[in-house]
Amino acid sequence: MTRTATRYETVIGVEVHAQLLTRSKMFCSCSQPTPESPPNTHVDPTCLGMPGAMPVINRLAVELTILSGLALNCEIAAEAKFDRKNYHYPDLMKGYQISEYDMPICTNGWLDIEVDGQTKRIGITRVHLEEDTARLQHAKDPSTGEQYSLVDVNRSGVPLMEVVSEPDIRSAEEARAYLQALRRILRYIGASQANMDEGNMRCEPNVSIREPGAEFGQKVELKNINSFKHAFDAIKFEEKRQAEVLDSGGTVAQETRGWREDIGEAVPQRTKEFAEDYRYFPEPDLPPLLISREWVEEMRARLPELPDAKRARFQEQYGLTAYDARVLAESTARADFFEAATAGGSAERAKTVSNWITGDFARLLNAENAEIQNARVTPESLAALIDLQEAGTISGKTAKAVFEEMFALGKAPGEIVKEKGLEQITSSDEVVTSVEKVIADNAKAVEDYRGGKEEAIKFLVGQVMRETRGRASPDVITELLKEKLAEKP
Amino acid sequence: MADDVLRLTMHQAAGLLRGGKVSSVELTQATFERMRAVNEQVNAFITESEEEALAQAARADQMIADGEENPLTGIPAAIKDAIVTKGVRTTAGSRILEPFVPVYDANVITLLKETGFVMVGKTNMDEFAMGSSGENSAYGPTHNPWALDRVPGGSSAGSAAAVASGMAYWALGSDTGGSVRQPGALSGVVGLKPTYGRVSRYGLIAFGSSLDQIGALTRSVRDAATVLQAIAGHDQRDSTSVPIEVPDYNATIGDGVKGLRVGVPREYFVEGMDSDVREAVEKAIAQLEGLGAEIDTDVSLPSTAHALSVYYIIAPSEASANLARYDGVKYGFSYDEGGSMWADMEGTRQYGFGEEVKRRIMIGTYALSTGYYDAYYVKAQKVRTLIRREFDAAFEKHDVLVAPVTPTAAFKIGEKTDDPLQMYLNDVLTIPVSIAGLPGISVPCGFTTADDGARLPIGLQVIAKPFDEATMFRVAHAYEQSTTWHEEFPPL
Repeated sequence: MTRTATRYETVIGVEVHAQLLTRSKMFCSCSQPTPESPPNTHVDPTCLGMPGAMPVINRLAVELTILSGLALNCEIAAEAKFDRKNYHYPDLMKGYQISEYDMPICTNGWLDIEVDGQTKRIGITRVHLEEDTARLQHAKDPSTGEQYSLVDVNRSGVPLMEVVSEPDIRSAEEARAYLQALRRILRYIGASQANMDEGNMRCEPNVSIREPGAEFGQKVELKNINSFKHAFDAIKFEEKRQAEVLDSGGTVAQETRGWREDIGEAVPQRTKEFAEDYRYFPEPDLPPLLISREWVEEMRARLPELPDAKRARFQEQYGLTAYDARVLAESTARADFFEAATAGGSAERAKTVSNWITGDFARLLNAENAEIQNARVTPESLAALIDLQEAGTISGKTAKAVFEEMFALGKAPGEIVKEKGLEQITSSDEVVTSVEKVIADNAKAVEDYRGGKEEAIKFLVGQVMRETRGRASPDVITELLKEKLAEKP
Repeated sequence: MADDVLRLTMHQAAGLLRGGKVSSVELTQATFERMRAVNEQVNAFITESEEEALAQAARADQMIADGEENPLTGIPAAIKDAIVTKGVRTTAGSRILEPFVPVYDANVITLLKETGFVMVGKTNMDEFAMGSSGENSAYGPTHNPWALDRVPGGSSAGSAAAVASGMAYWALGSDTGGSVRQPGALSGVVGLKPTYGRVSRYGLIAFGSSLDQIGALTRSVRDAATVLQAIAGHDQRDSTSVPIEVPDYNATIGDGVKGLRVGVPREYFVEGMDSDVREAVEKAIAQLEGLGAEIDTDVSLPSTAHALSVYYIIAPSEASANLARYDGVKYGFSYDEGGSMWADMEGTRQYGFGEEVKRRIMIGTYALSTGYYDAYYVKAQKVRTLIRREFDAAFEKHDVLVAPVTPTAAFKIGEKTDDPLQMYLNDVLTIPVSIAGLPGISVPCGFTTADDGARLPIGLQVIAKPFDEATMFRVAHAYEQSTTWHEEFPPL
């Protein structure tokens, strides 16, 4: 009997850790380190786990978590608490991690994702706060060959927000869409930079497969995922692998696998001999976290317009296509740029601005790996450029060249046009002179055209363009050429 | 200088300092002379800090000359080795912290330094404050100055013994289940445990975080109130310290007990209690009545008997996590012959911790484990709530409660070390107060003569409502001032 993987349904739940954009750490006043910070320079007795040191809750971290919970349609607890999660590891300074076990700040939310034009709602089980661990660096003494490990405590106590989804995701495509949607929201509300490649957003998908309608299968937790592509590839790999195991009569082991980008496989990570018992209990150094309804409403009032609402409004207000609206609403910076450059203009104007942002502008930004908010082009200068083009002062082709100058040097478009003498020739006398010269100089092409070879006119238009250094409109040239060529030689 | 000056209370000594009769440097030098004479027998200190102390004393003399008015200024004091002191080794009585020199001061030390106090050293203690006798120290047992073959009580053993024997005018201790009050009683000094949340724990090496509270051992109730005045108050680095006002204790301490309602909970006169202890406490209660207090002996706290069990689940559970950080990776003793990282971490804990500490880590780990958590930890928390409510109810009708501190006077070194349960029972009368987070104070209330002829102190415990230390001090002070027990000094 031949079996195929398609008879199985994939079931995925995702745990995402996002590093919060607070100035100080989760439980002490140390500033957050940057990737460039020298080791052990952002430390104090608390995050070092010194005897006698105590934690204090970072209020901003709680607020960003409440904001995230609201953006993810969660219920915000009136009383949350922190717990100790106990385990030994040299990167865990206190021998326990302060996390939230059974009374998280946010529960029961959802996030809508879109795959192939279909909207799907993914449940959010919970959103809670915890602290990061230190980092171990493994090294080898070059002379003795002895292996040793160094501890960098900078990241110890960095605030992490964990977002746990329900097992509502059914494919790698949905998982990717979920991660993208979540990242978009976290960035919108300023909770996290949410860059997977920089490690300030990390994800661990739990993947299992089952025959449709059957009980959940054994789940495999995937780790070491540093990009959306890794997440996608690892899930694809895992669903295929699990199907092969089942098809060959085996059973899927509940385990943790690490994604190996180099070989394109998720390989089993060292399994523990016995299940870890974290012995959670309430953190006695921190009183319960009481969240008043006033505080929640204050946070709700601070919520910006969220991506889905913005997309809908862009379609409605500016008549944009769903695609354009989605691309523009990808980040608040892009959306704000779009709205500032459009500045209440017509739908036509909005479409033009959108084309610039999603076209040439995006291409140039990508080439520099830059973000729109850091570009030298301002919404006002883009609007001015479009004005020049619409007034016929410059051609579309010239506009693209001017834009590149604007992008590179940050100059105003009017200035560039003036400096380089790029105004379109509006006086037809100059064009007529050029047309007559081209006709006189290109007897062969003229003959071809008159002999019925209409294609030949393109060559002649090109020659006139060259004569006028691109400042004349091709339409005008074509018209004049046709007029002149129609005259008896 | 005569030893007499070393027998004064802090307030008396402060009077001499301000009167120009003696300097802080002289008091400090005399204290170290006394330490050299008797500490070998008492073993009250793990680390002595003479050089720093003399520098502090010189500064204090300048402060006094400049008219500083704090009674703590220039007075030699000892600090329990569970409280971290920047630049001065802090071991918590454990081998695992033998080489540990903190990089920061506990909040109480910061506050005391502002008063210009003089720290003569770090006192011996049961390892990580786990013990009732001072015997569980990696630095040897502390001896009771009243009878050197006996324990001074614990875990603030060295603090109590130092104050009793003239090696410090007062000392800081920490009380988790009686660790200040019980050694206070057994060593014949005042032992103060403030309300949980009254004093910042920032810098107190944690044992049972929901119970630990820094307290004081002194030679008078007024001295205890003065120390509390200096160290009490909200600290934003300790979220469990409570932001409520600290009253001026000195302003009300002499108000007397006339009309105060004093309850005597019957469950505190336990079976097996020494008859001399019972008698001394009953006499003390009669004395309070004579001073005008309204005594009510019809008070019952029925859950008292469960407090010990609750304590021995909650404190070890918290300790099992609090002590997880001692793994040899960051500071302190580090075993390095294991051959692997894990073996070294295990070896550090195996050789760094003493037996009692390991016992409690195991009890706590067990109580928190999956499958046992609800039966032990959760249930203990529920009973804890019951105990609190019983106290709340008792305090609706009474201003303070009075009781014995311990069932017996000081026992012999080695007498109970083989029987942990017997040892734990020594705290049966102090633990309920800790469980409920209440303030309690132990005041000398008499002596008993042991079979071997040793004359041993007895303590009276005064318990008050949360954050009502002021009333507690009034009662304890009124009683103390009507007796002479606190004026006695051990024959050492």
